[in-house]
Amino acid sequence: MLAEYWPVLLFIAVAIGLGIALLVIGLLAGTSRPTAEKLAPYECGFEAFEDARMKFDVRYYLIAILFIIFDLEIAFLFPWATVFSDLGVIALVEMGLFLLLLVIGFAYVWKKGALEWE
Amino acid sequence: MFDQFWTHLLLPVLYILAIVVPLILAVAMFVYWERKVIGWMHVRMGPNKIGPLGMLQAFADVVKLLIKEVILPTNSSKFLYYLAPMLALVPAFAAWAVVPFGEKMVLANVNAGVLYLLAMTSLGVYGIILAGWASNSRYALLGAMRSAAQVISYELAMGMSVVCVLVLTGSLNLTDIVHAQAGNKGFFDWYWLPLLPVFIIYFISGVAETNRAPFDVAEGESEIVAGFHVEYSGSAFAIFFLAEYASMILVSFLAAIFFMGGWLSPLQGWITADAPRWINWIWTGGFIWLFIKAFLFSFLFLWFRASFPRYRYDQIMRLGWKVFIPITIVWVFVAGLMKYYGWVTIGTGA
Repeated sequence: MLAEYWPVLLFIAVAIGLGIALLVIGLLAGTSRPTAEKLAPYECGFEAFEDARMKFDVRYYLIAILFIIFDLEIAFLFPWATVFSDLGVIALVEMGLFLLLLVIGFAYVWKKGALEWE
Repeated sequence: MFDQFWTHLLLPVLYILAIVVPLILAVAMFVYWERKVIGWMHVRMGPNKIGPLGMLQAFADVVKLLIKEVILPTNSSKFLYYLAPMLALVPAFAAWAVVPFGEKMVLANVNAGVLYLLAMTSLGVYGIILAGWASNSRYALLGAMRSAAQVISYELAMGMSVVCVLVLTGSLNLTDIVHAQAGNKGFFDWYWLPLLPVFIIYFISGVAETNRAPFDVAEGESEIVAGFHVEYSGSAFAIFFLAEYASMILVSFLAAIFFMGGWLSPLQGWITADAPRWINWIWTGGFIWLFIKAFLFSFLFLWFRASFPRYRYDQIMRLGWKVFIPITIVWVFVAGLMKYYGWVTIGTGA
């Protein structure tokens, strides 16, 4: 049962190895003649006069929070979907209620304008 | 001792390389094909100098990228800067561990396959965010923010579409999902028909998820140059490139597996003739069918890029949140009804 996941783990290891190999080849085979101008952050020829890690729009943050909530809902739907046919009508009704609650929350978010980008 | 070593380590690694090496070659040829197709659509030649018909162009590009200087910008965070491309590449490749290419042609036939895929595709966003943050450049950070918000938004629609498939199949195992689409009504047995809206949503979300045109605001050249990977050069850039194309091919394969019957033949059940094996696959199904379907889906990526103008960012977010998510929520319930009333049954192949 768990042994089936061993190739998956190996695959992740191979992928990490591939990434490291490519990076190392690039670092070794590539030329390296750094100058101050070359290493400066790219800003279309302007000199960067302050740190780029500035304040950003709160809507990105809001989207991330909403994503977590909705992604959790999807994670709840996964087991339900898998055993749905064994549970019959109760599962259908319950998930109808669950989706209804989800839709109410979604409608609230929509109404509040959290999804607006102007 | 050696036997153990062979069956548990060497053999699986050989299988893995049998997936990874063709995948890298496929990425190289896909890049070539993209430039060629878009060239034709623009009434240009596309690459035609290196190798026959320019076919070796991508390999020349790889060599060139690998011997270019890898720049580490002054204000960047060194460790995160090098970690970011890895975080983009590893999930895009590791996800292939559970993809079934044909009957019994799967590396890890795990029961939580879909969950694993969703986990892996979700991890891709960390590479983007980290790349933008670690570069410490304005364009990179803006591109990363945009890109991350877009990717997670479309991931919801994608996840919901997959839930619809799961409702009909009742299994998280990808091989079972293909088996459930077997039947004797040809390609009408596949899930694109009962799940037509979510099938379309799934593919469009896949295009948005991989930051491809017309959803490529992350690297909208005219506004923020190349977005999150603007500071990356040489092999570090090559890794991002490899990851992006590998995930495009992955989305094409998954669309084929979830909605187009995987390796099943579109003629299934219509022809039952007995023929040698090398003709037989045309109606009994085989990995060639999966490759044809995936090729057609990946061609759509290129077609979209050549045809559609780029969306505005607010339009992208509106499409994701206000159109796709409501439709998929409704269709989860519709899929439940279809399953409950037996309009869609599990196929005979299982």
